[in-house]
Amino acid sequence: MTVTTLPPTIPPAPEPPPKSFARRRSIGDRSFATVAVLSGLSVLAILLLISWATTKEAWPIFQHHATGFLFSKTWDPNSNHYGMLAFLFGTVVTSIIALVFAVPLSIGIALFVNEVAPRWLRRPVISVLDLLAVVPSVVFGLWALQVLAEPIRNFYEHVSDALSHIPIIGRLFEGPVNGSSFFTAGLILALMIVPIMTSLIREVFATTPANEKEAAWALGATRWEMVRGAIIPHSKAGMVGAMTIGLGRAMGETIAVALIIGSSPQITAKLFQPGDSMPAVIANNFGEASGDMRAALIGLGVMLFVLTLLVNLSANVLVQRSIRKSRGA
Amino acid sequence: MSTETLGVGSFGANLDLRAKRSNRSLRDGFATFLMGLSFVVVLVPLGFVLATLISKGLSILSWDFLTKGIPTPRHVGPGMGPAVVGTLLTTAMASMMAIPLGVMGAVYITEYGDGRGFARVLRFFADVMTGVPSIVMGLFIYTIWNVRWGTNLHGNTAFAGALALACLMLPIIIRSSEEMLRLVPNDLREASLALGSSKARTIVTVVLPAAFAGILSGVLLAVARAAGETAPVLFTVGAVTATNTNPIKGPTTTLAREIFLNANSPFPGPRERAWGAALTLVLLAFLLLVIARMVAARFGPGQRS
Repeated sequence: MTVTTLPPTIPPAPEPPPKSFARRRSIGDRSFATVAVLSGLSVLAILLLISWATTKEAWPIFQHHATGFLFSKTWDPNSNHYGMLAFLFGTVVTSIIALVFAVPLSIGIALFVNEVAPRWLRRPVISVLDLLAVVPSVVFGLWALQVLAEPIRNFYEHVSDALSHIPIIGRLFEGPVNGSSFFTAGLILALMIVPIMTSLIREVFATTPANEKEAAWALGATRWEMVRGAIIPHSKAGMVGAMTIGLGRAMGETIAVALIIGSSPQITAKLFQPGDSMPAVIANNFGEASGDMRAALIGLGVMLFVLTLLVNLSANVLVQRSIRKSRGA
Repeated sequence: MSTETLGVGSFGANLDLRAKRSNRSLRDGFATFLMGLSFVVVLVPLGFVLATLISKGLSILSWDFLTKGIPTPRHVGPGMGPAVVGTLLTTAMASMMAIPLGVMGAVYITEYGDGRGFARVLRFFADVMTGVPSIVMGLFIYTIWNVRWGTNLHGNTAFAGALALACLMLPIIIRSSEEMLRLVPNDLREASLALGSSKARTIVTVVLPAAFAGILSGVLLAVARAAGETAPVLFTVGAVTATNTNPIKGPTTTLAREIFLNANSPFPGPRERAWGAALTLVLLAFLLLVIARMVAARFGPGQRS
């Protein structure tokens, strides 16, 4: 009788043969598996190493000047004073400007490719986005600095003249304007995050069940009504995720911003004035930095790493969840 | 198309779509127009960038430009040889490190981990790692390599830059390879195992060849991205004006790095060279992109099904 209670554990009896077989797997087979596991683990190892190594090197700043570093807006290497707030401000402001432009554009392009463009046009459109994605950041920076800065300053002047009299909102456009500014950096960032956001949003849109779209068509919806009634509601979480990934990219984008933001750390509402961002100040100053300043710049890198890590963690959770949910359904 | 939607529009009017029929199709047309417009809005600046690149870069691009040493800032004329060599060296070494590691990582995730449990955690963190800013990768390698070896000749080298670029490429390669491996039909794996092949043999002789084109295409895109990166090599490779072909001894420089350093120059010579370097770099990236697309279109999974 006791045998009948045992079966749940006994049936594995058929398993030992494969197990012993597995044990006799050749050394090659086993080492191949080990190499694969180690390669997978390298991702985690590198992420941990990044946190450890950079924090260690920035430790002097975290140990002695932590409050000043985190909560001061003054960055003055001459008096050994390092506050990150102005750079955090620049990073956040440029990223928000980038999102304001890139989000509608990405959604528009995603819909254009998925729903509007005839089949023959899709491939060229995607190729253009691919091309946009492989043009190096530094090339956009070079172009913005040497070609765009001058005409866009004139444009800012007109905008500033026209809008700076409006109460409250007008402050954003107050002069003196500069070609190298928060706003120009934001525009370049927008251009650079459009490809990744478009491809993510397309993927999310594509998970809309065909029958929901067909139901909308069958009810006589126009294409736009189908988009609003079937695709958008279905894709909300995924779109937020894609936006968050774009935000993370914009925050971490270094070289183009370093060239065009103007390198003057200030906290101001005036978007047409020069500023500075966390990655940009590292790129522009690390070469000549030593001692506490080097530690402070690495400290900025640590904070940037933490910020982008948090943004990306939440973004990936959102995107994965929305895609998996719709696949499972 | 619009007449079709108009034709069935009267049914839609029974729903809570209260707008008039013409109003609805107008709105639809406007929305469609905006979708097309958003593509044009992105296309125009890209076109401008490429046009400027060609008009400003083509005049200086020559064999001398690609091979000669970098002149001093006051001099006008060609010379980006050290940067061309440096770009090729760092990118090649980074590829040699990141490609095997990335493909094997993807093999673990799909073939051993089955995309579940720990493998899913790894895939998730590969995604997260893709978002780590390139400047952080540069700082990371600086702290573990250049700080340690900075005083001798092995500190600032092409290899240090390659390490940083490899960190950047790794997650991209893992994710793109993993997606390609997942497209390999299970029948192939089962057939090979049924014939008595070991798992490793199945992966090497059946699964990887089946996904080869897709993996190669993803890898080439990652290489193209890495070749154009500035931030990881900015303070890891040192600085030179003469070509250094030794990847593990002595400093070097890359095209992207030279563009960044020369973009702000008050002299016309360095600015001109920056445009030449930018055109070289974009041509290189474009070439890799085209090969990747051709490989994917010719042998890709989409083509077989």
